[in-house]
Order: sequence, then C-alpha cells, then structure tokens
Amino acid sequence: MSETIKADKVMDLKGLPCPMPVVKVSKGIKDVAVGQVIEAISTDPGSLTDFPAWAKTSGNEILKTEQDGKEIHFFIKRVV
Amino acid sequence: MEALEKQFQEMKARLEGVEKRLPSNKISMIVFSGDLDRALAAFIIATGSVAMGMEAVMFFTFWGTPLLRDKKKDAGGKDLVSTLFGAMLPKGVEKLKLSKMHMAGMGTAMMKSLMKKKNVASLEEMVEMAGQLGVKIYICEMSMDLMGFKREEMIDYPDLTFCGVAKFLEEAMDSRIQLFL
Repeated sequence: MSETIKADKVMDLKGLPCPMPVVKVSKGIKDVAVGQVIEAISTDPGSLTDFPAWAKTSGNEILKTEQDGKEIHFFIKRVV
Repeated sequence: MEALEKQFQEMKARLEGVEKRLPSNKISMIVFSGDLDRALAAFIIATGSVAMGMEAVMFFTFWGTPLLRDKKKDAGGKDLVSTLFGAMLPKGVEKLKLSKMHMAGMGTAMMKSLMKKKNVASLEEMVEMAGQLGVKIYICEMSMDLMGFKREEMIDYPDLTFCGVAKFLEEAMDSRIQLFL
C-alpha cells in the first residue's frame, strides 16, 4: 500500500523547461517552514535527474517521486 | 608537554590558513562570446547555480560586452570609430545572432520562435531572472573603452559593477567552478 503524503504547498511547473523547474522550486521551497512538504509537478523529463541533484546539493529531501503520464510529481521536504 | 602544546598551536594556525584558502560555494564565468546560444547557456548556468544554492558571478568582456547595452538608451559625444563600432555591434540581447545557422537572420528567427513554442525563456527574461536571483554582473572596463561604450548606455541591472581583470581573478580564486564562455 502506498502511503499518501500531504503537501503543504503545490507548485505547478508544467510546461516549463530547464532551468525553470529547479529555479522556481529553489525559490518556492522557502515559502514553507522547515519540515513541511511541497509537491512540485513538472513535465520536463530532465527534472527526473535534476531534482535529485538539486535536493542533494541544497540539502533538502525528496520523499517520493511519482510519474503520472507526462507529469512528474515530486514530494520534497524542506530540511534546510 | 610544552613541545606538544607548541606543535598543536602550530597545527591550528596552519589549519586556519588552509581554511582561509578554501573557495566559496561560488561559480565565476567569463562571458567572452556575443553569440545568442552561448549567452543563453551562460544565463541558464548562472540562474541554475543560484537554484543549487551557489553564488554566481558573470564577467562580461570583449564580444560579450555589447549585449549588456540597453536598446532604449543612447550615449552622445562619441567619436567616429566609436559610433561605427556601436552601430555594428548588437545593441542588447535581442539583437544577438546564433553562432551557427544564423542564415542571414532566418535561422536565428526560427530558433527564437521554436524557443517560444517550447516555452524556453528568452534571453531578455533570463537576464531579468538573473537580476532577481542576485547574480552578480561585472563588465570589463577595458572592453567598454575599446568599443567606445559609455556607462549610461548599459542596462539597469541590480548588481552591476565595472571592473578589470583583477576583480574577476579575485572572484575566480574564491570560486569552486570557473567557466569561459
């Protein structure tokens, strides 16, 4: 059974190519408190490698990645 | 015991010295080219770097200098050579050409419409975004002088400084990544 994660904020990044998904998410995550979760929805296939790279570098945590057709949903917990 | 203490103090001082020389989490770029494609790459890397939690510094020199001119601004009091140079070089990012497949403007126009269709941010938007993100821009004073550009004809950018090579090198020495574009 897959657990559902409740996001405190949803970011719609659909249709945005590189570098916008990562640029926007790095700004947007500052709108939630440390420990809270954002759900970022991207349609850029490059996000699949870019988001983990960004999370690792910035020190945040991707709790779950879900693919729904062309949409990629990232559940990211703000750690720093 | 005293010798050990002395050795420890010596080691501590040396470690502090080493720490001082560690570069910051920063990227320094030289934008030498005035080609649309290269300038776009430079701004994508700069904005991406800020997203990755780094500081980003761009140093515009030679053919990269004219792209920071403001299309709406003019500067008077230039001599003939400077006026000619000014007229022949692209005035602002909108006027840049592709390094390949420009094809008398057709290729560049096609690329721009393709970018629009694919939602890729234009160079104008990238420059604005870089400004909002705090990307630092340096402009080479010598290139300005050589090409006859005046400060009052350059773009309004939040963090823009005119400088020489020493300033760039100071930034580069303090950066983990240095690129030449």
